Amino acid sequence: MDFQLDDDQRALRAGMRQLLEGRFSLRDATDRLDRALWRELGEAGFFSLALPEAEGGVGLGLPEAVLVFEEAGRVLLPGPAVATFLAAGVVPGAATGEAVVTAVDGALVPWLDEADVVQGEAAGAVPLRSVDPLTPLHRVPDAGGLDRGALLYAAEQLGSAVRTCETAVQYARRRKQFGQPIGAFQAVKHLCAQMLVRAELARAAVYAAAVTGDRLDASAAKLLADDAAVRNARDCLQVHGGMGFTWESDVHLHLKRAWVRAELGRSARAAEEELAEALIEAP
Amino acid sequence: MDLTYTDEEEAFRAGLRDWLSLVLPELPAKPSPQDWPGRRAYDTAWQRLLYDAGYGEVHWDASPTQRLIFLEETEKAGAPYVGANFVGLLHAGPTIASEGTPEQRDRWLPPVLRGDEVWCQGFSEPDAGSDLASLRTRAWRDGDHYVVSGSKIWTSHAEVADWCELLVRTALVSEAVPKHRGITWLAMPMDAPGITVRPLRTLAGSTEFAEMFLDDVRVPVANRVGEENDGWRVTMVTLSYERGTAFVGEVVACRRVLGELAREARGNGRWGDPALRRRLGRLSAEFSALWRLTQWNVSEAQRTGGVPGVGGSVFKLRYSHARQELYDAAAEVLGAGSLDLAHEWTLDRLSSLSYTIAAGTSQIQQNIVAERILGLPKGR
Ligand SMILES: Cc1cc2nc3c(=O)[nH]c(=O)nc-3n(C[C@H](O)[C@H](O)[C@H](O)COP(=O)(O)OP(=O)(O)OC[C@H]3O[C@@H](n4cnc5c(N)ncnc54)[C@H](O)[C@@H]3O)c2cc1C
Repeated sequence: MDFQLDDDQRALRAGMRQLLEGRFSLRDATDRLDRALWRELGEAGFFSLALPEAEGGVGLGLPEAVLVFEEAGRVLLPGPAVATFLAAGVVPGAATGEAVVTAVDGALVPWLDEADVVQGEAAGAVPLRSVDPLTPLHRVPDAGGLDRGALLYAAEQLGSAVRTCETAVQYARRRKQFGQPIGAFQAVKHLCAQMLVRAELARAAVYAAAVTGDRLDASAAKLLADDAAVRNARDCLQVHGGMGFTWESDVHLHLKRAWVRAELGRSARAAEEELAEALIEAP
Repeated sequence: MDLTYTDEEEAFRAGLRDWLSLVLPELPAKPSPQDWPGRRAYDTAWQRLLYDAGYGEVHWDASPTQRLIFLEETEKAGAPYVGANFVGLLHAGPTIASEGTPEQRDRWLPPVLRGDEVWCQGFSEPDAGSDLASLRTRAWRDGDHYVVSGSKIWTSHAEVADWCELLVRTALVSEAVPKHRGITWLAMPMDAPGITVRPLRTLAGSTEFAEMFLDDVRVPVANRVGEENDGWRVTMVTLSYERGTAFVGEVVACRRVLGELAREARGNGRWGDPALRRRLGRLSAEFSALWRLTQWNVSEAQRTGGVPGVGGSVFKLRYSHARQELYDAAAEVLGAGSLDLAHEWTLDRLSSLSYTIAAGTSQIQQNIVAERILGLPKGR
């Protein structure tokens, strides 16, 4: 057993981080999809990563997919990345990022107007005034939903949770009150420590679910990663004080996206019920 | 990232399982949690069995992964936990193994492994708990002995211990000697004259810990592990073992209890309550993630080949609270039955309250995580 990243996985993660940081800025992001970026991600193998090499893919597995989605979550990459990834090899052009694919997920469809292909039954979808300014949403009356991307959403939530923890720590080191960095105050320190604990627990769950490919493991991972992303964003906001409540800081974007993702790809309610049921069945 | 075990590790697991299935049915009934002499006899007899079967050294000599398998399998099979051997096997032993002289290792390690000798931990004092380095128990040099006076508190199973890993002050605090210097780590024989042990009653009704009064107790200088006044460094080694490995088997036990809770709830009709189901579902996610985090930390230790890192504090923080939530959920499942001390879960619920205190409180763990992992400035 060696439950650590290997060298290739570290390199993949570093490469994806570099690509995203060089090419994407949250400052300039809008609710219009950046198709050039989408294609660049396609060229870098983001969507085709898990396809066999014979089908033009990279032939990697779920653990690698989780690592790149964690990076996407770190920077809050806008767009229906999960649905497009899952459509690679099924919808022509998805693998290369030429086609933007979205899906009906639970009662929601993100990016409906921008998508070239919609999977699932989106008839009668009504637009919402989305709480997340970077994720347009439609609501579908009584849709069953596809519920396939739980683990990838969890990976994005993990990336966001790690990022808000880092952001809070950086701010706490820099911002001074009462003549010292606020990070020297225990009340602030303890908020930060709990953020790390949540993120690390979610990481262990997400990576393990990627390795086992087990459905229940994915439910557990989604549950803990949703929790980590939402609560870390809230605590990050708190550490930033008044600054955290402004539109200019990125913190609110992390919180709003975390709320959106929590509704996509298996809700807490569904995951908890499923895990509870499994307890009864276990020997 | 890999969660499969090597053939060699699987062979170790299979051998252990076979052995457990042979010996466990033959074990006598466990003594009551209140009966420490009974527990000492029981726990040391179990350690002896392990020793004779070649598993005595599993906590020290085995690879971190083998140790993980050992704790997982013994817990799954319902084997006794280390119990009274806790300090000797899980932190005094490893500390002596890494910091002691060859003579000290020969003198103290084999009896711990054979279950012949039991250790306790004399760190905390009435005025030095979280602020351990402010301890005041004093030791003067008198020829080839230290003469020790002072008092210790919360010393678990002091009543039945043969040796104590004792922290003493060997230099008075001054501008030249800050409080973290001037501490020395001694092995004190518990039968030395001048030691008075007074059991303290815990909220669970047991006497698992005690006060210790030390009145001119003579401890040979040869019993000092590490240099004089360098005991704080040795202590850090001890504490990293305490936090790094102590709770691994318990996570497995908690996962088992969670399944029992669900089946109990179905039996007594409470399963119809969606709030209860969701609560148990979330706990299930928590405990499987804690197990994965354990595997992650063990893999890391295996790679770096070192002492368990501060990652142990991250684990301990979440685990100690999750354990309390588990037994609170048990109380909800049992309803009024949760007030009956005859139920194992009631005693476990009471003892779970110590988890956020013992081995460093949650507040102290949060300081450690914030300062040593996240690099936040030290408070004044
Ligand atoms: C069941 C059990 C077994 C134990 N066994 C042993 C043993 O075998 N040997 C041994 O040496 N010790 C043992 N201990 C002692 C244990 O390590 C101490 O109780 C613990 O370190 C806390 O110290 P204290 O009790 O003096 O509490 P205090 O240090 O007085 O703390 C009281 C409260 O103040 C908080 N606090 C203190 N300082 C700070 C700070 N800087 N920042 C924020 N909050 C702070 C604490 O978190 C806590 O909530 C045991 C304790 C228990 C409960």
